Amino acid sequence: MPEQKEDILVDIKDVTFRHGTRTILEGLNITVPRGKVTTIMGPSGTGKTTVLRLIGGQIKPNKGTIFVDGKEVPKLGRGDLYALRKRMGMMFQSGALFNDLNVFDNVAFPIREHTKLPESLIRDLVLMKLEAVGLRGAKELRTSELSGGMARRVALARAVALDPMMVMYDEPFTGQDPITVGVIMKLIRVLNDSLGLTSIIVSHDVQEVARISDYLYVISDGKVVEKGTPTQMWHSDSKWVQQFLNGLPDGPAAFHYPARDYVEELLERD
Amino acid sequence: MNWLQSIGAYGLRFCEGMGRASFFLYSTLFALPSLLGQRFPVVRQFFNVGVLSIQIIAVSGLTVGMVLGLQGYYTLVDFGAEESLGQAVALSLVREMGPVLTALLFAGRAGSALTAEIGLMKVTEQLPAMEIMAVDPFKKVIAPRFFAGIISMPLLAAIFSAIGVIGGYFVAVGMLGIDSGAFWSQMQSKVDFYDDVWNGVIKSMVFGFVATWIAVYEGYDATPTNEGVSAATTRTVVHTAFAVLGLDFILTALMFGDV
Repeated sequence: MPEQKEDILVDIKDVTFRHGTRTILEGLNITVPRGKVTTIMGPSGTGKTTVLRLIGGQIKPNKGTIFVDGKEVPKLGRGDLYALRKRMGMMFQSGALFNDLNVFDNVAFPIREHTKLPESLIRDLVLMKLEAVGLRGAKELRTSELSGGMARRVALARAVALDPMMVMYDEPFTGQDPITVGVIMKLIRVLNDSLGLTSIIVSHDVQEVARISDYLYVISDGKVVEKGTPTQMWHSDSKWVQQFLNGLPDGPAAFHYPARDYVEELLERD
Repeated sequence: MNWLQSIGAYGLRFCEGMGRASFFLYSTLFALPSLLGQRFPVVRQFFNVGVLSIQIIAVSGLTVGMVLGLQGYYTLVDFGAEESLGQAVALSLVREMGPVLTALLFAGRAGSALTAEIGLMKVTEQLPAMEIMAVDPFKKVIAPRFFAGIISMPLLAAIFSAIGVIGGYFVAVGMLGIDSGAFWSQMQSKVDFYDDVWNGVIKSMVFGFVATWIAVYEGYDATPTNEGVSAATTRTVVHTAFAVLGLDFILTALMFGDV
């Protein structure tokens, strides 16, 4: 992993986040290198999406620091936070398209909100973004007419509409057919390299993210259990990581929910 | 002591909810000036909240006015005062029925729709998406709906009362044979613009403020699940009904208590 300060776009140091009495993240350390595709993997409910929300400043940690492009996100005022967010894009799991707008207007939304560009130029920009995700022909469609994969591609076009410095992807492959997964994988990698972005993916689709990521983090119970390149990860000594990467039903993450002794419970009489 | 604990817990939850709702209102009011720069969203919300509610308001106003005409007649006729029916119908409508029933109908028709719409925007991650795009949902989503609700309510209450008077007229003059001139002249001489009509308008403005506040707050505060939105929509209707009926008593006591 890169150690040079200037190479790091997102630096999460010793972050703890609690929701009520439940600890979601504890002592989390993640660095995201500039210009690379970094993936945060882990089982469902382990706090992956929380990491993205912390980076975006939507929630604040109970402890620790989060730096994005040299700015400490939890300490930013509203104006500075919004200025930073204009340089971030995010593709939500559901697409999160505005269903009262059509495809074109969804992609144009952030441009219209944050610039005073003439409508003719906005049109050209939107068409270019839609062409990049292969949906220029769908610009007039309502969001209700889109398939799940198309909705995510439109969301991706919207996420890069303002040419951000980084894009965050929340479970981009979940519930998609193999062709759509392939399309989204290609788009994430190609857009990252061609637009000079930094990409952060949150996912538990091991095979897919391993093929497009430069660096991987595996987190469990709110902590990083392994990090490295995809090759390093496959050769990890950690039994937990091997269980996760190979999808084994039993191992350090037990198949059985904690319970009393099986025989004892069966033989028990009232 | 469990019941005491329950009362204490309920009290704490109530105070916490009121605190959250107050902060929400503060943010909403702070966002209202941004509406100057976005005419189209406001007009669209006027249509959704106000224009689409006219049908139920008009039909309800007509039937309530007709029922008031019938009920009022059977009471007044015993005293030979049936020619005062126009006054009775109009006062009932502009002072009480118009503002209160419009607010209750508004909660069922527009308030529940506002809550469900905002709640579903939360479920489908549209509100977090706006935030991450550095667009304030209070300015873009909440403020236009809030403003449209506040302005629509007095207009809808006026429509309710006006159509109610026409309904009362049909029954009084058309069915019960009361003189048309007496119906209108009694109404004209006994209904005061400031004491009756204007106080009714103030009531409907207060109800509009409270009903819309509850509707948008419940939507924004909804748990982002199907059940959460469903529960929030129910809360909107129930809480608005309680708030409107309670405030109606207070406002009536303040406005007409010395009459």
